[in-house]
Amino acid sequence: MDNLQYIFSFNIVLTTLRFAIPLTLAAVGATICERSGIINLGVEGMMLIGAFGGVLGTHLTGSPWLGVLFSIFCGGLVALLHAVLSIRFRTNQTVSGVGINILSVGLSVVLTRVIWGTDGISGTVKQLETLSIPLLKDIPVIGALFTDQSPFLFLTVLIVFAAWFFMYRTKAGLHLRAIGDHPRAAATVGINVRKYRYFAVVACGMLCGMAGAYLSIVQNNLFVNNMVAGRGFIALAANIFGGWNPLGSFLASLLFAFAQALRINLSLPIPDQFVQMVPYAHSLCSSALVERQKHRKLPAN
Amino acid sequence: MKLRKTHKLPALAERLLYSLVAVILSLLLATLVMLIAGYDPVKAFSAMLNGAFGSANAIANTLSKSIPLMFTGFAFAVASKGGIFNIGGEGQLYLAALASTITALALNGLPRILVLTLSILAGMAAGGAVGALIGTIKAKMRINEVIVAIMINYIVSLFTSYMVNGPLKAENSMTAQSEVISSNYLFATIIPRSQLTTALYLGLAFAVLIFFLFRSTRIGFNIRAVGENANAAASSGIHIAATTIGVMAFSGMLAGLAGVTEVLGKYGRFIDGFSPGFGFTGIAVAVLGSNNPFGILLTSLLFGALEAGSMKMSYVANVSTNMVMVIQGLVILFVATPEIVSQFAQRKGGKQNG
Repeated sequence: MDNLQYIFSFNIVLTTLRFAIPLTLAAVGATICERSGIINLGVEGMMLIGAFGGVLGTHLTGSPWLGVLFSIFCGGLVALLHAVLSIRFRTNQTVSGVGINILSVGLSVVLTRVIWGTDGISGTVKQLETLSIPLLKDIPVIGALFTDQSPFLFLTVLIVFAAWFFMYRTKAGLHLRAIGDHPRAAATVGINVRKYRYFAVVACGMLCGMAGAYLSIVQNNLFVNNMVAGRGFIALAANIFGGWNPLGSFLASLLFAFAQALRINLSLPIPDQFVQMVPYAHSLCSSALVERQKHRKLPAN
Repeated sequence: MKLRKTHKLPALAERLLYSLVAVILSLLLATLVMLIAGYDPVKAFSAMLNGAFGSANAIANTLSKSIPLMFTGFAFAVASKGGIFNIGGEGQLYLAALASTITALALNGLPRILVLTLSILAGMAAGGAVGALIGTIKAKMRINEVIVAIMINYIVSLFTSYMVNGPLKAENSMTAQSEVISSNYLFATIIPRSQLTTALYLGLAFAVLIFFLFRSTRIGFNIRAVGENANAAASSGIHIAATTIGVMAFSGMLAGLAGVTEVLGKYGRFIDGFSPGFGFTGIAVAVLGSNNPFGILLTSLLFGALEAGSMKMSYVANVSTNMVMVIQGLVILFVATPEIVSQFAQRKGGKQNG
């Protein structure tokens, strides 16, 4: 009974949104990046450095908002490394992603020890404050969406639509998609392929950095070793499941987040590990479906 | 169809030189990080060297730390030759370790050699099955193996976690781990009171086996043919799907041995989440060893030394043990970017831009 009550409560909407925020930000980033033709397996590491950067920035300035900015900067910096390697030096993009993930785990913990003297856990910093929107918060039921809510919720929704608008309603977005689909043709008609790719990879890193900051200074108030815990890979899967489209990525993230919300809040008669598998199994099956459709649409190559 | 002869010496020597330069560059950058962070790099590296090679026990520790890495390195290299990016080593080694643990516990009481052999084989079969699954999905559904393997990693390690939190959990144990396997069924230690076991010989044997597989067998030739040009291989009559699945099964077995040797060599039981990412580090090991089995022995020794020395570095110079991951991450980035490395390895003008 309790379970049913929970499923039909507004609470689950709020929990789902909370889980969806970091996934969405990173998935939209991955969408922009992969649409430009660069594979980014380093999303996980970029989020981790973002999470660390958020805490460090807040620690140094005392302001969580500056922390967020710093996390965006750090994520962008790591992405720039991936961009330079992949675009300028044509490093194998998958290997570069793996290297960035390992480097990020190492660097974040080494620097945590340098600054706070402890291995794998930082000191606490000020958390980003929640906000309530006047008038809207007084609406029955959905008013909860605007009461003591993380500003990241609104930012994330804004970013999703901005990314969609950019990709499908602007000339630059058209160019970006053209580059991913037909790089040669795009170059022939005079589009600066490298410039777009640099932009796309760095934008992805900045969004990942922001996603990391959400984990460290919005949901928490400190950095913990490996706190991204695979969310970067789930975000990659959400991007695939969403059909490499910002709106699709958002919906897929919501779906994965919903599964996670159910897991946390339902008392199910199945062991927790099996429920934890859901997003991964889901990603596996969905990416299988999406890839199959892609193969069907495209002529045999 | 003609393939480049394997292990052509000049090419190999050149690649080893690249690897060496990549390592040196990574160590230099790590030194820079230490200097910026206010550590004493000389103190740190000498402590690390001491911790890795300073005594017989330190050397034994280094060798024992290199064992899982050589297996995951072999696993990645073999798949690579077949044109597959096996990032699934982590899942393969977890399921293998579990299968091996269950076998050894179930056969308790039977003769040592029988139980040990069956436990190793069970582990290899389990790792091979995970590998073959990834290979099948890639070959039959034409899906990119990377995302598939990553998701399978999570699913498999959660499954093993369930097993040792549930049905296989040791009685009266606070932590998630299986019952202890009788020491009679474990690999023998080479140096007493160290973790260095005869599993090392298994690693050496597989290095030789892999070397000859690719040097002088039809199967090895077919794998390389598929890896280098699948279309050409198909038109010369090689069965692509079968080769892909087969090579992934073999790769999974090799990764599985990393889990098996950890359980039967180091812990004597399955401990939840025992792998600190051997599957991923194996990628760095293989890339650095340029997918050559003997190169991988060398690089796994190097990475083993880093791991073994990191504890001493941590308490002598106060640097986090995770510095090792910084070095490993840098190594993999450098070695995957020959253009940067070659600028240091040999003076080369006129680079072309993409």
